[in-house]
Amino acid sequence: MSREQEYVLRTVEERGVRLVRLWFTDVLGRLKSVAISPAELESAFAEGVQFDGTAIDGFSRVHESDVLARPDATTFELLPWAQEDEPSGRMFCDIDNLDGTPFEGDPRQILRRNLQSAREQGYSFFAAPEAEFFYFASGDPSLGKPQPLDSASYFDLTTSDVSSDLRKRTIHMLEAMGIPVEYSFHEDSPSQHEIDLRYTEALDMADNVMTLRLVVKKIAMERDTYATFMPKPLNGVQGSGMHTHLSLFEGETNTFHDASDEYGMSQTARQFTAGILRHAREITAVTNQLVNSYKRLAETSEAPPFVAWARNNRSALVRVPVRRQGKSESARIEYRAIDGANNPYLAYSLLLAAGLKGISEGYELPAETNVNLFELTDLERREIGVEPLPRSLDEALDVMEESKLARETLGDHVFEWFLRNKRAEWADFCAHVTPFELERYLPTW
Amino acid sequence: MDALIVFPEPAPPELAQALDMGGWVWKSAVDIDSARREEPAEGWMGAVIVAGDDPDDAFRFCRAIRSGDINVESVLLLINGGHLASLDFRENLFDDFCLHPFHPVEFEARLKHLFRRAGRAARAEVIEYGPLAMNLETYQAVIEAKPLDLTYMEYELLKFLASHPGRVFTRETLLSRVWGYDYYGGARTVDVHVRRLRAKLGEEHANLIQTVRSVGYSFGTSRWV
Repeated sequence: MSREQEYVLRTVEERGVRLVRLWFTDVLGRLKSVAISPAELESAFAEGVQFDGTAIDGFSRVHESDVLARPDATTFELLPWAQEDEPSGRMFCDIDNLDGTPFEGDPRQILRRNLQSAREQGYSFFAAPEAEFFYFASGDPSLGKPQPLDSASYFDLTTSDVSSDLRKRTIHMLEAMGIPVEYSFHEDSPSQHEIDLRYTEALDMADNVMTLRLVVKKIAMERDTYATFMPKPLNGVQGSGMHTHLSLFEGETNTFHDASDEYGMSQTARQFTAGILRHAREITAVTNQLVNSYKRLAETSEAPPFVAWARNNRSALVRVPVRRQGKSESARIEYRAIDGANNPYLAYSLLLAAGLKGISEGYELPAETNVNLFELTDLERREIGVEPLPRSLDEALDVMEESKLARETLGDHVFEWFLRNKRAEWADFCAHVTPFELERYLPTW
Repeated sequence: MDALIVFPEPAPPELAQALDMGGWVWKSAVDIDSARREEPAEGWMGAVIVAGDDPDDAFRFCRAIRSGDINVESVLLLINGGHLASLDFRENLFDDFCLHPFHPVEFEARLKHLFRRAGRAARAEVIEYGPLAMNLETYQAVIEAKPLDLTYMEYELLKFLASHPGRVFTRETLLSRVWGYDYYGGARTVDVHVRRLRAKLGEEHANLIQTVRSVGYSFGTSRWV
């Protein structure tokens, strides 16, 4: 037994933990949990916890359906919302096959595998997301259009205080769970908030994003409200994204930094960015995986649907933040298309693989785009070599299906399952009569 | 506090790390003279002596202890498997021995066992600093009597920092002492964990860990100033 495992056992004993929740993530990025009692913890470390994979989307295969959840002792945290008299803790798990090999359907193992191949090239990969979300009075779609908390018609001041208070409580809880928050503020839209996490290594960050989404929703629920990361819940106002800052380190050195370059970008940064741009269309089905994701990308402000990069241009897909003198450590690029309904393990895997491909193949970075791409026509954009991202989930799936990079990065199992699952979602959507159609056609025809 | 004397100087890195991780107070000596010079008033609680490729120096050091030149209660000898035969007829020179390279768990167990047997408190079992207290036996930490929920690495990092108040450590030192020499991920890992620790200590106590610009980190202030 490792020291980390001993430590967890000891903590569980000392703190009188009654329940240990084993967390893992399905292919679509939804958090799953199996609870065990402390008495079972030692054997969970030694042998894993066997469960039926078919019960969970993406974890199902025709034959041999049982898998093993192996708790990662380094992720043990006591849950700050557990009642004082009944403390409980959680650990993220890696999922193995019964023969001990990593299970192909486990997103966390997929990210581990991709980080390992970066490591073999000498790189460690860091990510920092800016999570946007809305607070609504309810999450029940049968009640009609969602009601933001701070556009209620009376007690405006009081109700807007409610959402700021929710955000504050959320931040305290995240910090108590060892998830440092860099900034947080009220976003543009009514009842829309943003929480920016401080960078950390990508596997930890993917775990953190899973925890963040749960904590945000949990705190909202305590106050009888509802929080959502749905990319575009309201017409006419900006949707929610999860802009993500990326950087690549080689030991102590930020490989993206080069003081002598006019943009402060190293050759590595240029090639990595070029890789992300070249493969952006292929990975969009994963970074923006809902039918609804493309409603956010269709609007014309914070969500850039054009494959281009720039330092200060909100219409570009990749932003290269301008740094203060001497801040070589903070060299990074920001990927702006991705939204909050993502599976962070898969999204980070693909962003990393696309960037590394740029490095290994020596891709050339196109020129910076300084025009406002929203003001150009399709033809004008094509003339300057700027392609649009896929305009719908359907188109994104078509592009992904042809992508060797996506298949290799995700592995055949998840690649094929994902396409199948999302094709079905698209087919359902196509057959569904939307309020748009009723409003527009019913009175006329 | 009861201190250990370690021979030779510099101590092998894995030994230094094991001693630090175990929370032992120790000093390494280049020779018998320097061990005598640095001796605390109450003597050394124990000695950890590494018999390297040429064990003779190590045995000389042991003999100086046994003859009373250096005031040491108990001696733990670390010896390479190839030199086991040289222990014959030298049993009087040490109280216990451990094969080198050692397993950290065995090493720690032998140290604890030896110094318990010698009738001294093995070490400070509690680290206290201002509002912070850490119980090294139970792995629990409290701040203002409220439990701090730490992960294993956060706990080890805080323990290391809090055992050396006022001392400035570079990221590299922290990485090698707390994480181990072969840890992959670089000094950024230290920044990430310090930030996590500060978050858990809470706004009020976050400044227990200070950033020393372009050097590293320190904890609290030294009790000697």
